[in-house]
Amino acid sequence: MMTIEDALKLKFSGDELSFSQFRDNHRIGVPAVKLFDILAFLKNEHHFDMLVELTAVDYLEYEGAKDRFGVVYVLVSTINGARLVIKTHVNDPEPLLPSVYSLWKSADWLEREVYDMFGIRFSGHPDLRRILTPDEFTAYPLRKDYPLKGRGERHNFPVLTRAES
Amino acid sequence: MPFEVSDLAELDAPDKEYLWTLNFGPQHPATHTTLRLVLTLDGETVVNAVPHIGYLHSGFEKLGEHLDFNQYVTIVDRMNYISPLHNEISWHHAVEKLLGIELTPRCKYLRTILAELMRIQDHLLNTGTCALDLGGFTAFLYFFQQRELIYDIVETASGQRFHTSYTRVGGVAFDVNNAWVDKVRSFVKGFAAVHAEVHRLLTRNRIFIERLKGIGHLSTEDCINMGVTGPLARASGVLRDLRKDEPYLAYGDLDFKIVASKDGDCYARYLVRMQEMVESIKIIEQCIENIPEGPVNVDAGSKAVIPAKPSVYRSIEGLIQHFEVMMPNRGFPTPKEEIYAATESPNGELGYYIVGDGSPRAYRARTRPPSYVHFALFPHLIKNHQLSDVVAVLGSLNVIAAELDR
Repeated sequence: MMTIEDALKLKFSGDELSFSQFRDNHRIGVPAVKLFDILAFLKNEHHFDMLVELTAVDYLEYEGAKDRFGVVYVLVSTINGARLVIKTHVNDPEPLLPSVYSLWKSADWLEREVYDMFGIRFSGHPDLRRILTPDEFTAYPLRKDYPLKGRGERHNFPVLTRAES
Repeated sequence: MPFEVSDLAELDAPDKEYLWTLNFGPQHPATHTTLRLVLTLDGETVVNAVPHIGYLHSGFEKLGEHLDFNQYVTIVDRMNYISPLHNEISWHHAVEKLLGIELTPRCKYLRTILAELMRIQDHLLNTGTCALDLGGFTAFLYFFQQRELIYDIVETASGQRFHTSYTRVGGVAFDVNNAWVDKVRSFVKGFAAVHAEVHRLLTRNRIFIERLKGIGHLSTEDCINMGVTGPLARASGVLRDLRKDEPYLAYGDLDFKIVASKDGDCYARYLVRMQEMVESIKIIEQCIENIPEGPVNVDAGSKAVIPAKPSVYRSIEGLIQHFEVMMPNRGFPTPKEEIYAATESPNGELGYYIVGDGSPRAYRARTRPPSYVHFALFPHLIKNHQLSDVVAVLGSLNVIAAELDR
């Protein structure tokens, strides 16, 4: 771990990186503008060849949170078994991050899911469509301002009669 | 790999008019679950495949933010319903890591046995239906009868055959007794014969081999780049198994092997799954004779744990503790932290990313479902194969739509 921390500090010395550990999770907080460079550096120089998880958290109601969304990347090295959690933050009104599809193809559906559920866009993604909800859906269900029961959603859907179908 | 808009334009070109489109699913006997594929065919060759998912999306992760750590176990059950107990073990593994609870040795062994039974259960169904889709009905029935025995074992422990909701924070709902241990022993004893029989039925069966060998090939580089884990990855030569790499529960004490292959095709996946069952039986054999004595649940002094029923009925401390855990407006303090914890589920890496906000509910309960990542592979695997290979590839991926869509 120390070597990665040192290498990152050396390479990205001008940027605000935060290193922390909780239980066995080694975490690095990175600024959104440097996200792609850091991930590419970790992949190419430190053998983090697998992106196992990409998800987001909406911190709207989280006590003491400064930013709206956190996006989490869990990297694994199949060579030495190391695991690393990279986290960055994005904010309203236009949450946007660079797509890491060019680094790991597993980001394809994972980024689509984050877009579908949180409305965070990924620039450079080849096919950023909704994946779990229908295309005509207008809300982002996992945002904290979306209610549990989603009242009113169903009225937005067009009703098909038998004759039209 | 993925479906790209440019692909579609190319396929729509006037000189490609001979291509035709086939809709596969969402209700189709060979998908086994609810998922849809739009296949573009050139004769019988699949030129392109576009998966459409979300038909079973039911907002599990949203529910996870409104239910407490014990209640949500009834929901994670229903994700990969082929091996429900493994989801529970995985969920509580992550919760206990967040809360910093160390399980009792008895519970660790008990959960290890159950996790391995679930692995066998999952592989039984997968290899069984894989054969079924290719026309081999016998193996499916032989294996399903073994699944029935596992249902019995699980029912003896939890009272439920399928959606058991058996684990709790810091332990399990009920301890097991000697009758349960005997049931597991007799299952282990009888399993080898059935396993060998199915080996004889399928492994050297010419039709079976010709339908699977060389189909859906996945190279090691693609496998890593696409985030594939579990038996799929091991069949493509990635030696990665969380039971060995990041030992949890009792796996550190046990003697077992990682099964892997270099071939990376459907047949290799079948072989890996078959052999993994043998390794799982070995693990169960080691555990069942060495279940430590002592309490199964963590001492109720830890605020997060449901106290044992006798202490609820007979002592005021137990009653208070029970009240504190159960009532929605009470609860226990949890760390304001975030954790990613994963276990090796039968299908691959099943992880949970939990954000704790100090309350007994998860602020965010993200599931990292292996099926989701694996189904994204499908267009890559099926390209330039025959239409009849669709079911073979789909069967070897073991996609469970409830876990896929959550």
